Parts: sequence; C-alpha cells; structure tokens
Amino acid sequence: MQRIGVFVCHCGTNIAATVDVKRVAETLGKEPGVVVATDYPYMCSLAGQDLVKDAIKEKQLTGVVICSCSPRMHEGTFRKAAQQAGLNSFMLEIANIREQCSWIHKDIAEATDKAISIGRAAIAKVRNDQPLTPSQNPVVKRALVIGGGIAGIQAALDIADAGYDVDIVEKQPTVGGKMTQLDKTFPTLDCASCILTPKMVDVAQNEKIHIYSYSEVEKVEGYIGNFHVQIRRKARYVDEDKCTGCGLCTQKCPMKKVPNEFNLGLDDRHAVYIPFAQAVPKVATIDPRYCKMLKEGKCGLCSKVCGVGAIDYKQQDRFVEQDYGAIVVATGFNPIRLDAFDEFAYTESKDVVSSLEFERLMNAAGPNNGVLLRPSDGKPPKTLVFVQCVGSRGTSCRDKEYCSKICCMYTAKHAMLVKEHYPDTEVYVFYIDVRTPGKNFDEFYRRAVEQFGVHYIKGMVGKVVPQADGSLDVQASDLLAREQLHIKADMVVLAAAMEPDKSARHLATMLTASMDTNDWFTEAHPKLRPVESPTAGIFLAGACQGPKDIPDTVTQAGAAASKVIGLLSKDHLTGNPCIAECNELRCNGCSSCANVCPYGAITYVDKEFKMPARVVVTRRVAQVNAALCQGCGGCTVACPSGAMDLKGFATSQILSEVDAICQ
Amino acid sequence: MQDEMKAKAIEMLSSGAVRRVVGWREGDFDYDVTPAFFESVEDLKAHFVYNDFCGPNLSKYMVKVSRMEGKSLVFLKPCDTYSFNQLLDEHRIRRDQVHIVGIPCGGMIDCYKALRKSSGDVLEMSSDGTTVKVKTLTGEMSYPKNDVVEERCLCCKGGKHMVYDELIGEEGTLNPDSNRFRGVKMVEKKSPEERFAFWRGELSRCIRCNACRDVCPACTCELCVFGNDKSGAATKAPVNAFEENMYHIIRAFHVAGRCTDCGECSRVCPERIPLHLINRKFIKDYDELYGNYQAGESSEGVSPLFAYKESDPDPSVVLKEGGADNA
Amino acid sequence: MPVNDTYRPKIVAFCCNWCSYAGADLAGTNRLQYPAEVKIVRVPCSCRVNPIFILRAYQRGADGVILCGCHPGDCHYTKGNYFTRRRMTLLFSMLDYLGIEKERTRVEWVSAAEGNRFAHVMQDFVSTVGKLGPNKRLEDLRCKMK
Repeated sequence: MQRIGVFVCHCGTNIAATVDVKRVAETLGKEPGVVVATDYPYMCSLAGQDLVKDAIKEKQLTGVVICSCSPRMHEGTFRKAAQQAGLNSFMLEIANIREQCSWIHKDIAEATDKAISIGRAAIAKVRNDQPLTPSQNPVVKRALVIGGGIAGIQAALDIADAGYDVDIVEKQPTVGGKMTQLDKTFPTLDCASCILTPKMVDVAQNEKIHIYSYSEVEKVEGYIGNFHVQIRRKARYVDEDKCTGCGLCTQKCPMKKVPNEFNLGLDDRHAVYIPFAQAVPKVATIDPRYCKMLKEGKCGLCSKVCGVGAIDYKQQDRFVEQDYGAIVVATGFNPIRLDAFDEFAYTESKDVVSSLEFERLMNAAGPNNGVLLRPSDGKPPKTLVFVQCVGSRGTSCRDKEYCSKICCMYTAKHAMLVKEHYPDTEVYVFYIDVRTPGKNFDEFYRRAVEQFGVHYIKGMVGKVVPQADGSLDVQASDLLAREQLHIKADMVVLAAAMEPDKSARHLATMLTASMDTNDWFTEAHPKLRPVESPTAGIFLAGACQGPKDIPDTVTQAGAAASKVIGLLSKDHLTGNPCIAECNELRCNGCSSCANVCPYGAITYVDKEFKMPARVVVTRRVAQVNAALCQGCGGCTVACPSGAMDLKGFATSQILSEVDAICQ
Repeated sequence: MQDEMKAKAIEMLSSGAVRRVVGWREGDFDYDVTPAFFESVEDLKAHFVYNDFCGPNLSKYMVKVSRMEGKSLVFLKPCDTYSFNQLLDEHRIRRDQVHIVGIPCGGMIDCYKALRKSSGDVLEMSSDGTTVKVKTLTGEMSYPKNDVVEERCLCCKGGKHMVYDELIGEEGTLNPDSNRFRGVKMVEKKSPEERFAFWRGELSRCIRCNACRDVCPACTCELCVFGNDKSGAATKAPVNAFEENMYHIIRAFHVAGRCTDCGECSRVCPERIPLHLINRKFIKDYDELYGNYQAGESSEGVSPLFAYKESDPDPSVVLKEGGADNA
Repeated sequence: MPVNDTYRPKIVAFCCNWCSYAGADLAGTNRLQYPAEVKIVRVPCSCRVNPIFILRAYQRGADGVILCGCHPGDCHYTKGNYFTRRRMTLLFSMLDYLGIEKERTRVEWVSAAEGNRFAHVMQDFVSTVGKLGPNKRLEDLRCKMK
C-alpha cells in the first residue's frame, strides 16, 4: 500500500490569497493512498523542508506531492530534501499551483478547484512513480583536440596544464594554423610568430601532449566520457622519428616549382618540404602530387642525401585508435575563394590580392622578405586601396550574410603598417561600416585615421579595371561626399569573408554535433553555454563556432579547456535518470526508435530469450545508451509495440495525470 | 504457371536447397485457397496450387518462417514484395534464410465479391484469367474477372518485383495507378457530419476479431499494444463507439509510413469494412504534404514519420477548409 | 458539463518542459489570465505525446486537447518537435477524415519567452472549443457515468 504525503505551500500570500490552501489540503487528504496532507506558509524554507523530511520519516512515506510553485523553481530543492530523508528523489512530484493557478486566476472558488485538480494529477503521477537511480559512467581521462591552430594549441596547453593527456590532430604537416601566416597582430602590433612559436614549442615539448600532424579524424564512436576515435595518419613518406628537420632534402629536391601554400602560392617550394622554419613538428613531408619518385619511380635524390635514412617512399596511411573522455573542436576558418568576385579583377590582375596574401607580402619570412612590392612587376606600390566586406554582409548567393568580424581591424592594421614603413604611400580604405568593439580597438582604428592619415571612405568599390600602364583603375562611390571616384592604384587588397573550414561539415556528422546554415558549429546555448556543443562531451574553440579574432579565440579555447578539465576531473559521470528504457520482451528490433533518436543513443543486439516449452529464440532488441539518451521521448511514440517507455515520464504516469485532470 | 512453380519447388526441396516451401494449398473448392508451407515433395505434388484465387500475401509468414531451421522458399507476387522489403527494412525477416521466387500475377479474385455476385449457393467457381465461371445450385453463369478482383488489384502497382532471388516469367514493369486515392477522395468530399455518419456506419460493424491486425504484414509486433495494459490502448472488444474509433485510428497510425497499401486488411475483414480507406488516407496525406513515399519500394526507405523538413507545414494546415487536401 | 448554465469545456494541454511549460510559468509570473478549464500536463518534449494520450483525454471527458512545444528549430532536443509536427498533422487529418471536429485538437508553438502568447493561445482555444460544445463524437459514456 502506498503512503503518500501532500504538502500545500501558501507561498506567503502568492498562493494563499487566491487558493484556499486549507481546503486543498483537506480535499487531497481524502484521496486514496494519501496518509498526510498539510499546509505551510513557506514550504521551500528550511522549516518547510524539515516538515516534509519529518513526515517522510515518521509516516514512512512512499511518495510526496508538493503543491507549490513551478517545478522549474523548486523541484530540485524538494527532491534533495526527500533524498536526505531517505526517500528516492524521483518519488516526489510538484503540483504547480502558483504560476499555473493562483497567479492567473482571481476567483477563489475556481482557483481552489483547479488547485485540487492539479494536486490530484500529481498524486496520480506519484502513484505511478518508480525510484530512479542515475547511471554512473566512467570517464576516460584523455582529451582530443581537433585542429592545431591557436585555438587548439591553447586548449591543449590548458588541459595538459591541469594534468590530463591531450592529443592534437592537425591535418597540415605542422601545427600553428592561420596565425602562422599572419605578420603582425592587432591592436598591439606585436609579431604573430613571436607570440605563437613559443606556444608551438611548448606544445611540442609538453609530455602530456601528443601531436598527430598530417592526420585526420577518420571515425568517432561513443559518447561523453567515452569516445572511441580512429585517426588516419596520412603517409608523409618521411619517418617522423628519424627525420631531424635538417632540411637538406628540401634543398636538393629537383622539383622546385610547387606552389607554396604557406605563402598562398605567391612563391614556390620543393616537392619535399618543411612548411616554414618554425614548423612543429619540424619534419619534412613529401608532396605525392609532385614527387617524381612517387609519380614515376625515378629520382630518389632526397633519399640519397638524407643522412639518417628517414625517407620512405613505401610509407602507407596508418590508423591509430584511441579513447577519449572529451573532444574539443578547433577546426578554424578559411578566407572565402575570391574567384566569384570578378568585378575586383582578382583573377585578372596579380596586383589584386586577398588580405591574407597581403599578410604574406608584408611578412619578413614571406616571398619578398618583408619588402612590400607589387606582385606583377616587383616595384614598390605608391597607392593602395583596401576593400572591406568582400563577401561578407551580403545577400547574393556568393556572399555570406554575416559580418566576418575581424576585417575592420586587420585592414586598419594593414593600412597603418604600410604608412609606418612607407610614409609616402597613399592608402584608401572603402568600408560599409567600421566596426571596432573590443579593448583598445577603436583607439587603434583612430590612430590609423588621425595619426597615419589613412583615407577612410564610406562606400563600396564597384569595379577594378587593370590599365595598360600596369595600374588599376578603382571605381568607387563615396557615399558621404556623394560622388563617384576613380583612384589610380598600384595594388588592391580585398578583405575576404571568413568561412568554416571545409572539413568541418564531415566532422560534424561524425561527432553528431550540430551546425548552423553557414556550417559554423552551434553552441549548446548562445549565451549561457557558448563553448559546448549540444552534443554532450563535444566542446568548441575558436573560429569553428563563428568569426573570431585571436583574443576571442584564445579566451574561448581557455573556456573550452576549463569545461574539459571539469569533465575529466570526474571519475564518473552521473546521468539523467529520466531516459528511455526498452522492454525487451516487447521489442521487435524494427529500428523505428533509432530512426528518430536525435542522439544516436539506441543500438541493437541479438539476444536469446527463453520461451515456453524450452524453446530459445534469438531476437534483435533495442538497447538505450544511458550516457547518450537525453530523455526527449520521441522513440516512445515511434515504437509501434510500446516497448519503449520513458522513465520519469512513463506512459502510465502521463495517462494517470490525464485521467485525474479529466475527472 | 502452376506447373512451372511446382517443378521449381520440387527441385529445390528435393535437392535440399530449401527445407520448406511457402505457397498456397488447395481447399475444398477452387476459391478457398489457403497459405501453407510444404515440407515434402508428395505434399507439393498433391496440394500446391497457384491460380486467380491466391490473393493472400505470404510475406508476413516469413517473419516466423525465416527463423526456422534451414532455408525456405517463398513465392511472392509483385505487390507482396513491397511488404517483404518493408519487413526487411524493419529487420523482421532474415533475408539469408529465404529464397524468393518472384511470380507474375494477373489480378486476384476477391472470393467474397465473387460469391456475392453469384446469387445462389456456389458449387464450383473457376477462372481462366479473364472470365469467371460459376456453377450454382440454380444454374451456371459467367462474368468478366475484372468485376470481382480485389480492391488492391483495381489500383495495381504494376508487375515489377521489388526483391527476388529468381523470377518465373518475364520481369514486369512499374505501372502505378494514378487514381488509387479515388475512394479516399470520395470520403473527403463529404461534410464532417456525413463523414462521421459514414464511418460510424462502417466501424460500428467491427466485431474486433483482429483479423485485420493479424493479416497485416506491417503488424508484426511481438506483443501488440492493444494487448498491453500499460499502453493506454488495451481493449479486447469494441464496447462502444469510442473503442471502435480508437482501435482503428491507432491501428492505422501504427502502420502509417510502413503500410505498403497491400489491402489485406480489407480483404480479410468479415464485416467488409473498407479499412484500406483509413490506411490510404495516411498515405495520401504524406504523399501530398511531404512528397511521394511508397513503403517497401526499397529495403532502406525512410518513412515520412521518421524524417522531417524544416519547411514542413504546421498541423494547423488541417484546419484549413478541405484539410490537407488544400495544403 | 453545464455549470451555472454555462458550458465550460475541459481542456488538456500537453506542454514541453523547456519552452511551453516555461511559457505557461511566465504567463503566471506576469499575472496574465486565461480560463481555469485549461490543465497542463508536463512532458519533456512535444514528441513524447503519443496519439493514444490525446484519445485517452477525449475518452476521459476532455473537450479539447492542445499540444504546445518549442518553435520548430528551437527544440531543446534539436529535432523532437519536427517529428511532432508530422505526427500530429497526420493524426489531425485522420480525425477530420473520420468526421471528428478538427478544431478540437491543436498544436501551438510557444517559447519560454512567450507568456503573453501562451495566455492568448489558451483564451482562443477555450473559446473555440466552447463554441463547438461538448465532445460527443469521441466520448466514452462509461467514463461520464460516475
């Protein structure tokens, strides 16, 4: 026989002013199974909680109903109290007689009747409650960081610093990402390499961190605390352990005309290469698309000059399998391709460059050793035009709708650096709006205008026309002066929009992490859970989640790392006990439930069942992964046989509530 | 055809390639053929039939038969293969335990229709593929077969088999009937009051014999919800109008997206309730709202109830005059 | 049932925990009135609601059933309400096909911020069902004899 206690809260006058709490307690006290029904001014107060706890102990209650405010307010409070008194916390239900009764009705008789009805429904539910115990799942104390840019590096360093093992998977031959290609950074103008390379070295030297460079994530299985990941280590045809990074092979290789992607194709490299001097790991890689030995079986020069015998033309892709408790996604961004922007003559003229190409042209380690020269004829440019929002904030199909966020600042940086090094240069910046929120950002932009005399013009460039004399005719409108301009420029720099790395979409599918329409990873909550993916155990760092500058990226990476550390510091994860449950005797194994599960929480196994007359039948039945299931209950409706039920919101519980309400 | 099938079955059974053959067994009359399985050559020789009365869809039997020891041969008509595929999709049949022989079908006779049409007690009934000849106590008569074929044959999907291991006869072609929703449309055209009266008239005859459920190739649950006290749908007899309605709504909802429109439910209903009109309403709705979907067309189809588009209409689309029809 | 000669419909409202139930709470917090005939059943997600629950409500004497969930695209469980949308569209169309008043059953999307909308939706629904009168076509007289 059940022994249910009903506790009616006055909430001061919040409830008691419109609901006759005495009558509610009295009426509900007559419901079958109710052994105690009482009211109290503030049930959530310590004294009120003690009242509930004492009743549980004294009357040996098997279930408790609290008629009070919304369960969204105090369900946790009361469940904890019940637990302390020795009653399973899921044997307690809240009847919401404040938000959904006393506050919306004025007539006392009507509100009281409704409160009784709500209370009855809660009693009916309690009668069908089952004690629930949250699942405990062990946590693998190792994290995976996907992407080795500044976001991935920062996250890995922070996680390692807390004492956990971290693996970084980077698809390029070196970590460092986009930041390695930058010249100076705003708003301090310190050199990107000077602040990044020490971090790259830290990552390489940290015993807790393992770098899988030139590798990609191949397969992801499992769930929070227990991911199983397969990593493809692409063949680089060089034994990483033997290679000392001396670079001799990269000098002797006869295939010299390979576009150098590190300098965005502005100069050439050899078929065997080390991307740049500070690469981590500093190991050569052979580009199979260009290597004569791999393509034609002739050459072998690099192998001959290598003193340690690290060259291995027969190397194959290898696979590594590893378990992780948490995954940080830091796949970053790329500037969009500018082929579709013909009006700026990007494909036509070498002197029209993207901002990232401009970074390389300005960089001391770049193709011109830091001397700014026109790519077409190698002469110093005298007039530069910067065009902002190329591909950002647009509505046509080639455009992105969003603001790429960092372009205003790096364009101001570029303009300022040009004026600083070459004061006799004229610099024009065309903008829609100048957006500079951020610490010391607006001051930085104003310095460009006021101190360095950069010409900022509100308006868009309509067309860039290469002229016979090698100059570029920039046709633009000045919206403030309301006039059409023709500027004879030597170079045009386009601030291309940011877009997510192309690999992110495939990765998101593997991780079952959601993305928005632009393929940026979505966060679990845009404001309150900005570094977590809705998929438990997946965290987001840097520009994979949206356009971001370096300070924001590092901040987010640190935040993601702290979330990971919080997760890995637990030995076990306590799950939500209100999850789906399969009655195997009823299960058809038809996969209907798995078809609608948003979390991939349902798998199938063949199981033997002992039937009457000593017959053993093998049947395919569903199994719910307690760590993955979030308890939406979609499977319960998809299931034709009613084998799937949801603990805490079981069919019997909901039906009994419906029955009580309709009474 | 029957001889060719019999030869095939005898060959496979005697060679040991299969342990049993699932087909049709002759009855006392030509028209009361029943589904059966044959485990001996003698039995096959004596009693195996295939004629215009072999309506029963054998797919559902394969749920149990495919779990028996040894491989089984099953004869499937083109429209039966949809049900077979759907059951494969739901992992209900062990494909490697079944050898499917696809057989052609020229339309099957609904013997109830034929019996009703043949006034007087029927002594003999036979079909030559185009004409039905009947001998009754009062005399003889004949009429075109098309007058008495089953409902599903009136909107035949075509002669193409969706799944088979081998075929007897030519491979058919898909030829779906563009007019298969005419019955549903006729009901939709009525006013709500008329519709309610129409369905009351039909469903109130339900005796809850469960034949529709038991024959349905989509209803293969290990234990049915209607027998589950906790499901909220447990009923054993149609006590009143509510239970009749509920049984048929939930039955049809449970097979929505899985129903291949094989029409077995209407075929077996002893009260001749046009149950296919309920199932087919679901099909018409999701075809119109979410794009055409034929359950069982492939063994990897995704039911419209397990999929969604962001642009799907809200349920209020039903509130508009004419319901989903005007979506 | 007639109370003081005025018919007051019984309404069962299934509300998803994350959006609509919170929206109902907000309606209360803002003291927005809606008829007391509306009684709420909390479910984790609108996709938890089985057509059987809706029929059961009618059987036990409800005159109207409304199902509230997060707006499509905002589901706490990312896609639960998309499945709800299809299921309920098909179910409502079927009820209509069987001649049962289609206005009695409804789905509305109410976010946690839409307390105002929640109250408005409920007022509107109660008045719609009120005009239809008691549920006769899906009633179970056994449940009304008590």
